[in-house]
Amino acid sequence: MTDRVAAIAGVAESDLGVVPDKTYLQLMAESSHAALAEAGLTFADVDGLFSAGGEDYAATMRLGEYLGIRPDHTDSTNIGGASFVAHAGHARIAIAEGRCQVALITHGSTQRSQGGRTLGRSGGVRGPAQFEQIWGLPLPVGAYALAATRHRHQFGTTAEQLAEVAVAARRWASLNPKAFMRDPITIQDVLESRWIAEPLHLLDCCLVTDGGGAVVVVSAERARDLPKPPVWILGHGESHTHFGISAMPDLTVTPARWSGTDAIAMSGVARRDLDVVELYDSFTITVLLTLEALGFCGPGESGAFVAGGRTGPGGDFPMNTNGGGLSYCHPGMYGIFTLIEATRQLRGECGERQVDGARLALCNGTGGVLSSAATVVLGRG
Amino acid sequence: MAERPYPEADPETRHFWDALAAGRLEIQRCRSCGQHVFYPRGSVCPHCGGLGLDWVAASGRGTVHSFTVVHRAPAEFASEAPYVVVLVDLEEGPRIMSRLLGVEPAAVAVGMPVELSISGEPPLPYFRRRI
Repeated sequence: MTDRVAAIAGVAESDLGVVPDKTYLQLMAESSHAALAEAGLTFADVDGLFSAGGEDYAATMRLGEYLGIRPDHTDSTNIGGASFVAHAGHARIAIAEGRCQVALITHGSTQRSQGGRTLGRSGGVRGPAQFEQIWGLPLPVGAYALAATRHRHQFGTTAEQLAEVAVAARRWASLNPKAFMRDPITIQDVLESRWIAEPLHLLDCCLVTDGGGAVVVVSAERARDLPKPPVWILGHGESHTHFGISAMPDLTVTPARWSGTDAIAMSGVARRDLDVVELYDSFTITVLLTLEALGFCGPGESGAFVAGGRTGPGGDFPMNTNGGGLSYCHPGMYGIFTLIEATRQLRGECGERQVDGARLALCNGTGGVLSSAATVVLGRG
Repeated sequence: MAERPYPEADPETRHFWDALAAGRLEIQRCRSCGQHVFYPRGSVCPHCGGLGLDWVAASGRGTVHSFTVVHRAPAEFASEAPYVVVLVDLEEGPRIMSRLLGVEPAAVAVGMPVELSISGEPPLPYFRRRI
């Protein structure tokens, strides 16, 4: 097993859901304050700063100014929704190199209150996007729909199998007081919800909410004396294969194939020994493709893999235990919430939705249009 | 209603749009590795890293690699919904996004043979069913 050089010491969300009276910077600041407090730290302790922006050029410059932090290590890597999982890996590397001791990773968005998804744009389109945006493919959902159609064609994946992912997410959400959508749904409800981009229905798509989250990663030295048990970053991988969906080499293979292989190999953990798995579920198809890319099942087998509520509460593959982006929250980019939930599961803090005895977790973020992936393996004790 | 987005030709793409306006689908081919390239690049081949891309005529024939029927369209396209966005594998190899004309959404299938159908103002590379 890898050296224990860096651990998650604090995690927190800001207000989630509909938060019309706060800016994305305030949401980052409030979640960061809470995550640091959980670690027994303050903003004065932070010497590594990580954020992806989304609403800002040079994200950590803006954030550092707003929070009054002058970091010794700064990282504004933006690979879409996978960014924050990548940041956790980057924080581990920076800490291993002695560049920082206390790394703060944060994200905030007011996507819901500021008008929701934009889907497209008007006017002249420059660069490679001029060969895609002219056709009216709603983004990101249309790109994921193209992948879903291809997966269905190659492997016979059904709408019911996709719907299983949404139903399991809602069952977990019903156990999470912070989840935005908690009323149970059935496979039939998913199939009868209106089309967005075939073969994806409304309930195949993640929420649009406001919210923020923060994760504090500290060195082994700092981790010796924490209010909460440290959650070690045991493995990390990241990659991307394309920007626009037309250039995706294989519509059924996400870059989690490479990020997952690297993270799992680095951790020395066997897939079967993982207790809980947190995957970015932007759409139901995202989860199926990610399960295959991470090697939890073979190519084309993910539909059968999730059938029968296997990933829901009481199933033998606990996944997206907070309710995921489909039912818990989705402020623009979701990746950071996989880290927050996995940490809480490994600390045993999850109440009704706690996976008994969870010691090892995997988080996977997906960004863009199945473009990027970042994976970490986390372990308790 | 918001204006529908249109391609803004730049030094890398102007040849493509000019050729299309003249009724021809032209793509690039690498002088080093011989593979076809799309979208257009100024000089560097994404397959082999070689320098030098030549414009060549494409047949305009291809097959549907994947598709989606768009119901919740971007505002600029809302009046056209539902419509079919496709990824077409050109005979020469590259994959290109387009819209399918003259085919009922329920009749579209992966693997369907299609051919170029230049349409609109500015002219865009649509596809239609190939019999």
